Amino acid sequence: MSNNDDVLLSVRDLKLHFPIEEGVLFKRVTGHIRAVDGVNFEIRRGETLGLVGESGCGKSTTARAIAQLYPATAGEIVLNGSDLTKANAHDLLRHRKDIQMVFQDPYASLNPRMTVRDIIAEPMQIFVNRGLMSMSGTEIDKRVEELMEKVGLNKHFKNRYPHEFSGGQRQRIGIARALMLNPQLILADEPVSALDVSIQSQILNLLRDLQKEFHLTYLFIAHDLAVIKYISDRVAVMYLGVIVEVAESETLYDEPMHPYTQALLSAIPIPDPEVEGHRNRIILTGDVPSPDKERNGCYFYDRCPKRMPHCKENVPALKEVKPGHHTACFLYFEATPENVVRSAPQQEVVSRG
Amino acid sequence: MSEKVLSDPILRVRDLQTHFKTDAGVVKAVDGVSFDLHKGETLGIVGESGSGKSVTNLSLMRLIPSPPGRIVGGEVMFHDTDLMSISDREMRQIRGNRISMIFQDPMTSLNPFLRVSTQLIETIRLHQGLSKRAARAQAVEMLSMVGIPKPEARIEQYPHQFSGGMRQRVMIAMALSCNPEILIADEPTTALDVTIQAQILEIIQRLADELGTAVIMITHDLGVVAGMCDNVAVMYAGKIVEKGTTRELFADPKHPYTKGLIHSVPRLDQDHQERLFSIEGQPPNLIGLPDACPFYPRCDSVMDICKQKYPASEDLSATRAVNCWLYKEHENKEAGLVEQR
Repeated sequence: MSNNDDVLLSVRDLKLHFPIEEGVLFKRVTGHIRAVDGVNFEIRRGETLGLVGESGCGKSTTARAIAQLYPATAGEIVLNGSDLTKANAHDLLRHRKDIQMVFQDPYASLNPRMTVRDIIAEPMQIFVNRGLMSMSGTEIDKRVEELMEKVGLNKHFKNRYPHEFSGGQRQRIGIARALMLNPQLILADEPVSALDVSIQSQILNLLRDLQKEFHLTYLFIAHDLAVIKYISDRVAVMYLGVIVEVAESETLYDEPMHPYTQALLSAIPIPDPEVEGHRNRIILTGDVPSPDKERNGCYFYDRCPKRMPHCKENVPALKEVKPGHHTACFLYFEATPENVVRSAPQQEVVSRG
Repeated sequence: MSEKVLSDPILRVRDLQTHFKTDAGVVKAVDGVSFDLHKGETLGIVGESGSGKSVTNLSLMRLIPSPPGRIVGGEVMFHDTDLMSISDREMRQIRGNRISMIFQDPMTSLNPFLRVSTQLIETIRLHQGLSKRAARAQAVEMLSMVGIPKPEARIEQYPHQFSGGMRQRVMIAMALSCNPEILIADEPTTALDVTIQAQILEIIQRLADELGTAVIMITHDLGVVAGMCDNVAVMYAGKIVEKGTTRELFADPKHPYTKGLIHSVPRLDQDHQERLFSIEGQPPNLIGLPDACPFYPRCDSVMDICKQKYPASEDLSATRAVNCWLYKEHENKEAGLVEQR
């Protein structure tokens, strides 16, 4: 937000709405699921931005929209100065090389019929087949072996199939695949949540080491706030398709501003009985509402313990409240027109005379 | 907490062994597990996937699918009854009535074709022999106890009309409807979001206190254990490697695995760490494990004896026990290889 040069990716007012269809033969659209409903953030070169939120808040959809797996309904996704949502097919292919994904489920994200060598080589193979890159088979082999060693796999296992590996090892294969094209940005969608605690820390350490070595930028998605805190430089908190707070990792955990962030942090159990015994927990009531209608008030209004009357009528904008600390909450600024994304349509005011 | 330790245990598990026959060989999923549970106590069983924590509890409810599974040995004393030797009919009287269970996945443990009312009333009538009307009244009361708004209306709905957290509440209501002495909760919040997890854990804790129910909490989340449990047992490769009160165990973990586990979890209340501690390697394959300590290939204080023999449980205090050669050094030196058990 300060220096434009070191911004790698900037997402502006991104919206992604999925149509709800009804009818058997003649489908008609009866509404929209507003999975992502106006998201703004930037990722600087070399940093890790953590994106955290509960299931259904739109964090994975955001990542997939950035990777151009879903076409955005509205908004801009600017990578290295060019807007991916408007790029033509040829340019898009070139940009795709710079964005790679690591997925959550190491069992479902690797093709069981391909050998590890083919899985890791596939991204590059595609570019070679399309004539966008020239590399011989032996060069690709060498690169695969090199990456396998980098991620901590034995290179002699390259002709094995995914079922011969454990969950943690499979996640390493997925990471090697993501590194194959030497990307700038890695979108890691819950890369450790399917793993056991002892394996989880191995993968987190690996991701950090690789970041240093290859100067990678991460968008790291997780629902586990402790993991996010460990890996991220800055953290964005999502709720119901919008970002409610962005701050440096330490700041966010030390002084969370948005009531949702506060509740989320207090809900995480800490593995220490001494600390647990003395914590005051904010227990939210109710469930996350369904994102199927346009909201004209704060998205968190229904569950907020600190809600005020005007929160129901106005959607707060994400504003920089302290240097580097952004939040979307009327506790920290007035509901003046420049601080409001949209408001409920005004009732006919009876003020004649 | 101290009086809970002094009273007689309501459940005594001794040397429980459950094996599964597979094409590749026999999997010793539970291999000699022993523990006590006292009235009103909350016992946490932690371990990674495949460590045998769920199978342990399915075994004591006699819910192991057989074949391929079989409870090969051990005894489970519930008051004065050995659950392993009673008939299926007697077991059904206990299961769901005096010992009940909540499972991890609230989506699949309710019948999607039946209204919640049918499922709840059936459970209550089956075990308590109440009239339909009385059972219904009790079901509604249970639902309001677990914090479901408008229980009279919600009880007529089908499971798909409930959210994940609400379904887990229904499961808790169902499990507690017969006022059981023991509630086994198998990863009850793993499928739920953190804010909902906090709600559910709070309900389990409050109801267990109100009704005096003993709880066995199976989880992989050390945070959940720290917040809820009086005592903890840590499982690895089908064995309990360490037991103690939650406070002791977290303050001063003895077994190298427990130490590693506690230190490898990133913590919310700690400053930015440079590097996480990690236990290298992977959990072992449970087929054809030798009689050695299953943790030795990953252990950073491994000794020769660890590779030859599994250490018997060593009581460090009235509440503390560990299975590790590090704490048997005297015997270790005296005999080189020790005769135990």
